[in-house]
Amino acid sequence: MNLWLLIILACVVGFLTKLLGYLVPKKWLTNPRIARVAGTLTIGLLASLTVANAVATGQELAVDSRLGALVAAAIALWLKAPFLVVVIVGAAAAAGLRLLGLP
Amino acid sequence: MPTFLSQSPGARVGLSIAVATGLYGVSFGALSVASGLDVWQTQALSLLLFSGGSQFAFIGVIAGGGTPVAAASAAALLGIRNAVYGMQMNVLLHPTGWRRLAAAHVTIDESLATSTGQTDPVEQKRGFWVAGVGIFVLWNLFTLVGALAGDAIGDPRQWGLDGAAVAAFLALLWPRLRSREAGAVAAICALATVLAVPLVPPGIPILIAAVIAALIGWFGSRNAPAGEGMEPDVEPYPKGTS
Repeated sequence: MNLWLLIILACVVGFLTKLLGYLVPKKWLTNPRIARVAGTLTIGLLASLTVANAVATGQELAVDSRLGALVAAAIALWLKAPFLVVVIVGAAAAAGLRLLGLP
Repeated sequence: MPTFLSQSPGARVGLSIAVATGLYGVSFGALSVASGLDVWQTQALSLLLFSGGSQFAFIGVIAGGGTPVAAASAAALLGIRNAVYGMQMNVLLHPTGWRRLAAAHVTIDESLATSTGQTDPVEQKRGFWVAGVGIFVLWNLFTLVGALAGDAIGDPRQWGLDGAAVAAFLALLWPRLRSREAGAVAAICALATVLAVPLVPPGIPILIAAVIAALIGWFGSRNAPAGEGMEPDVEPYPKGTS
């Protein structure tokens, strides 16, 4: 129930954020500082989510097959693979390394 | 090809971007059920939150053991750029009434990028609506496909779905790392996350990284290129084509 509540809350906040752009005067958000924060926030959050999903297990740092997935995905991206291919490469790397006996 | 498409570059680009983006809804659906959400909750995120980065952030925090509050916070922060997009689209479309609500809902990286890549105002409108509505329909359809498939396969780790999540986040980040400043922000936030993980509950390291990123944006270099971090996941206008 708690999870449902927060899902709905995230959806409402997400929609209101989008709508806000249509309601406020143009000059508010053309402030270069606001635009820059919106940009660095996006980069910082995605970088943090990448790392957290690669090495965190609860409150512990762990080196396991996910790190192999990260490296494989980076190579795929460097080779300009499309999004879905990168995701499949990540899954294949993690599953493959587990088959070889890594945690 | 129907005349509408052959005569409208905005609609044509919008449609191809809708197919490319919609397809990876499969990965969201599968990863969302692997993180512990059920099929309905997964579908609710695609229907109502409808912003790829925010949706992946929500399930990424849940998968890492974070609380729903931390998940919703990360999703909300990652959605802030949509307000900036909304302001840009309002200037191009100035929609009113129900159209304004609909436009707001389909204001995402890809619809904005498709629209602003056109020069003719009519094509800007067509590009926005075709990309936005097209992605909405296909993204939701493929979310359901992925969620049902993910539900059916059993142990997500055996299939490497945790590795797929890592790859998805890196793929979302990658197109945004065009400048040295962007790379520096990413590196600092990644390091902060690693340092914070053992010290604070799951989910909180991501919010700490968000605060650091915001501070860098607020106080950082004024010479950093504008629009940094606002690149779409799927680039509608790859270099060398038009």
